[in-house]
Amino acid sequence: MNETSASAQPGPAQPGPMPQNTAPAAIANPIVAFRNVAIAFDGPPVLQDISFSVGPEETRILLGPAGVGKSVLLKLTNGLLRPDQGSILLFGNEITTMPEQKLFPLRTRTGMVFQEGALFDSLTVRDNVAYQLIGERVPDDEIDRRVRDALRFVELEETFSLYPASLSGGMRRRVAIARALIRQPELLLYDSPTGGLDPVTSTTIIELVMKERDVYRTPSILVTHRLQDAFTLCTHRFDAEQGRMVPLPKGQTDPNTTFLMLEEGRLIFDGSIHDLVRSQNPFVREFLE
Amino acid sequence: MALDTVDRTAKQLVHTVQDYSLFAYRAAMNLFRPPRYWPEFLVQADIIGWGSTSIVLLSGFFTGGVLALQSAATLSAFGATAITGRFVSLTMIRELGPVLTGVMVSGRNASSMASELGSMVVTEQIDAMRALGVDPIRKLVTPRLFACISMLFFLTILADAFGILGGSFVTIFMNHQDGTQYFSTAWESLRYPDVIQGLVKPLFSGFIIASIGCFYGMRTSGGTEGVGRSTIDAVVISSVLIIVADFLLTQVLLSLFSSL
Repeated sequence: MNETSASAQPGPAQPGPMPQNTAPAAIANPIVAFRNVAIAFDGPPVLQDISFSVGPEETRILLGPAGVGKSVLLKLTNGLLRPDQGSILLFGNEITTMPEQKLFPLRTRTGMVFQEGALFDSLTVRDNVAYQLIGERVPDDEIDRRVRDALRFVELEETFSLYPASLSGGMRRRVAIARALIRQPELLLYDSPTGGLDPVTSTTIIELVMKERDVYRTPSILVTHRLQDAFTLCTHRFDAEQGRMVPLPKGQTDPNTTFLMLEEGRLIFDGSIHDLVRSQNPFVREFLE
Repeated sequence: MALDTVDRTAKQLVHTVQDYSLFAYRAAMNLFRPPRYWPEFLVQADIIGWGSTSIVLLSGFFTGGVLALQSAATLSAFGATAITGRFVSLTMIRELGPVLTGVMVSGRNASSMASELGSMVVTEQIDAMRALGVDPIRKLVTPRLFACISMLFFLTILADAFGILGGSFVTIFMNHQDGTQYFSTAWESLRYPDVIQGLVKPLFSGFIIASIGCFYGMRTSGGTEGVGRSTIDAVVISSVLIIVADFLLTQVLLSLFSSL
């Protein structure tokens, strides 16, 4: 099966000059809010003093080298991990001390795409995508319709009856995106959705992330260490009429897509792409260059 | 330095026991709260029950046969070969049936539970399940726990029956003794306390096999190598615990029945 989409490959986009600073201001009702969060696993802290927010319709791109704690931060967001210090608000609920049983209903309002897809090997694509719906005892006809809609969104309708073992790495990620989207979540968490994929497949995945951002306006946190993916998200938009992503006019960037950067467990940058490229922080400069 | 190591190991042991106790409690209590995953229970009952039937029948049959061979050799010295049936049936029903079935099922199923759940942990499928709002203990562990308990009960009955049959085969065809005498002494010597003892033990063994197998599977770390470690730990610890529990239960049940 072809991994590429009909869309054009984006060039190595760099943002042009921006008239004003778009660094995120304090958000009144954040979807997610981290306040001085720290966590350690039998050793030195993995994350410390992390504070940031995700507002409605906002896409936060979390940058940083491998092993810096990006995936840990994402798992803290929906309570898969508990912090040692600080507080995390998800949809206005303090989740750091919330019992696991109370977290389950909260998590159903989020969608998460794992690094390798994390599809259930023993289930077909249909059952993987419909996992939550099956648990909610939704009628089979409705499940089939909604699964086909979700698979159509990721352009993988033909995989309906296949098992994950017969899918390529890129297709698994796309099925994982379909699974995360099927209940139209209020927050999406992408854990390195393009990690380990070839550039063409990565572009297909980024286009899907952009499609979700621009069509459904779902707030999200996207973890990546690929700058090109991050810049593509900032400098392109999804054109629903053409069914593909198109570059924004020169000098324009998506105002709702902003950046976070981690270095050795600390958040060293929180701002717009223009702040990022102008940053004088040596680590940011080294990362960008 | 040595004291530090002892201190750390002791803390780890206490921590593991605490984690296991909470894990097993949650898994058991889930049966009394919805949602209950009956299809998963039936799938696991099939895997554990039907899947283990052949090894349990074979091991039961040949253990009964060995018992008859060994006991006949010893009993003949006292001219008491007539009670071979009694010896085989009591030993199979009270001790060897439950313990042997537990150990055989542990080797097959504690390992498969640990490796299956361990693989799911290292490929983030367990995290994905939690992220989708499904409790993996309720969905994966509770059905395995109750399937294992219920199936081990029936597998033990089968092992007992085939053990007695194996003993009869040796008695009749190899020792050339009277089959009717074998079965009548086997039947007449049995008392309710013997049967109750034999049927209570597999309930505990089933709990140990599934809870230990799932516990070590769910706490797997360190990739595929970690899955291997979890599998070994699950089989070794569940097998040892089955024998330890058998000893303690025998002591308790013997005291209980002797006081009645």
